[in-house]
Amino acid sequence: MSNEIVFLMFVFMLAIFLGVELISKVPATLHTPLMSGSNAISGIALIGALLVAGTGNNSILGSIIGVTAVTLATINVVGGYLVTQRMLTMFKKKGK
Amino acid sequence: MSTIIQVAYLIAAFFFAFGLKMMSSPSTARRGNFFSALGMLLTIVVTLLHQEIVQYQWILVGMVLGLLLGTIAAVRVPLTSMPELVAVFNGLGGLASLLVGWEAYNQQQHQLSWFLATTISLTILIGGLTFSGSMLAWAKLKGVKFKALELSQPLRFSGQQILNTLFLIGILVLGISFSFEPQGNQWLLLGLIGGALLLGLTVVMPIGGADMPIVISLLNSYSGLAACTVGFVMLNNILIVAGALVGASGLILTNIMCKAMNRSLSNVLFSGFGSIVVKESKLTQGEIRPISAADAYLVIEAAQSVVFVPGYGLAVAQAQHGVRELGELLESNGCEVRYAIHPVAGRMPGHMNVLLAEANVPYDQFVEIEDVNPKMEMVDVCIVIGANDVVNPAARDDSSSPIHGMPIIEVDRSRVVIILKRSMAKGFAGIDNPLFHSHNSRMLFGDAKNSIQAMIGEFKRS
Repeated sequence: MSNEIVFLMFVFMLAIFLGVELISKVPATLHTPLMSGSNAISGIALIGALLVAGTGNNSILGSIIGVTAVTLATINVVGGYLVTQRMLTMFKKKGK
Repeated sequence: MSTIIQVAYLIAAFFFAFGLKMMSSPSTARRGNFFSALGMLLTIVVTLLHQEIVQYQWILVGMVLGLLLGTIAAVRVPLTSMPELVAVFNGLGGLASLLVGWEAYNQQQHQLSWFLATTISLTILIGGLTFSGSMLAWAKLKGVKFKALELSQPLRFSGQQILNTLFLIGILVLGISFSFEPQGNQWLLLGLIGGALLLGLTVVMPIGGADMPIVISLLNSYSGLAACTVGFVMLNNILIVAGALVGASGLILTNIMCKAMNRSLSNVLFSGFGSIVVKESKLTQGEIRPISAADAYLVIEAAQSVVFVPGYGLAVAQAQHGVRELGELLESNGCEVRYAIHPVAGRMPGHMNVLLAEANVPYDQFVEIEDVNPKMEMVDVCIVIGANDVVNPAARDDSSSPIHGMPIIEVDRSRVVIILKRSMAKGFAGIDNPLFHSHNSRMLFGDAKNSIQAMIGEFKRS
């Protein structure tokens, strides 16, 4: 295993701990927007999709797979952020 | 160029983490989501500059299509269908990860290390199971039926667990043999894809409607982990950071949901309420006392403090706007109004909060179990709308009850409980609720929306 992989596992471990700390502080009221917002972040798989779809040496099947992956991940990202924003604008304080 | 990309990824990681941090309060959450989206935009733009990307037409087609479909879905889907929408988005993310893993294999067949092959099989396994599991969860939430087969019901058969275990072992064997010998073993990979998709179905199949908050949280976590494994396939740090944040978020939510039901995750996944033979409880004695909307009005009109307790029935009846109107009338009548929300009320974490927020209920009126229970004796009237198991005192008093130990909103300790209910049918857990027989309970039978409208009508007439 190369050093790069060990380094990435380092990053992975620390990010998990960071995530646990951050999410524990989110109040129950915001759990649905949290979920759809984090769901949008998981659409980061789009980056992987861009990298496989853009190499220029795909087979026909590969192009289809690539373009489908890009489409699905983009739906995930765009839809996820927009719907989260839509939900969050509804959370209002009293008297406003 | 690659340094620029890495620095941009660093900034994006900061935005993701900072955005999640701002989710800790409703007043900053909107900016938090904006920061997170900004981080995503930055990541996408700099990735397009990557030297490995030389061909843009397919990317453009995919992104335009995704942009359109995503926007339409986000804008047009009614907020009452949020659980379904989140399930679908989850599934699409999972499928995208699976496809990336598959195509990464196709492109690198000749230089595949065992590590890369292992991460590719993990990507396919987690991505595939997230996709099919989420789609089945969507169908269950939507109430899809195949002739006599109602998907929202837990589907169980004897020997199911043994079959699932054997199945899982089979998939692991497939994955491991692929990882040892990835070159030219396209068929093993295709088998793995099929296996992962089937696994998602068999995992979600036995789970019933009331356990949906747990399943959705778990699938949310998986979609993050799938992105994470893609990061290991591509040796890309931003994918790993973002995926891990989401994975952790889903795990925490799953844990919170399990605690709120006093059940372990394995209990939810492998057994569930349906398999429990319910004994007739000793506590369910005493008569049922119905009340009319007119009499219910007289009770709440005289109250100094009222607590609404919403459940999934509120979403079904679409009664949230009526509830808000009734709450406002009560407030102008000098009454203190609050909304007690159980963590697992509804079909996803925070479902009730979003519904009520949509109806313009201010979020500072939302209270959680631990804040409302200690002062329950001071509450004049609790109005239970479409909730059942989360207010069932058997969870506290009856050690033989299947939900014993689950934290509940102890409405039975308030002075009067008005329960809006369509009929005397049992809750999702199929357990008798002694609350309905309690001396201070009054049943207001009928559709929740109509009952609330009737009370509003009484208010306006006087």
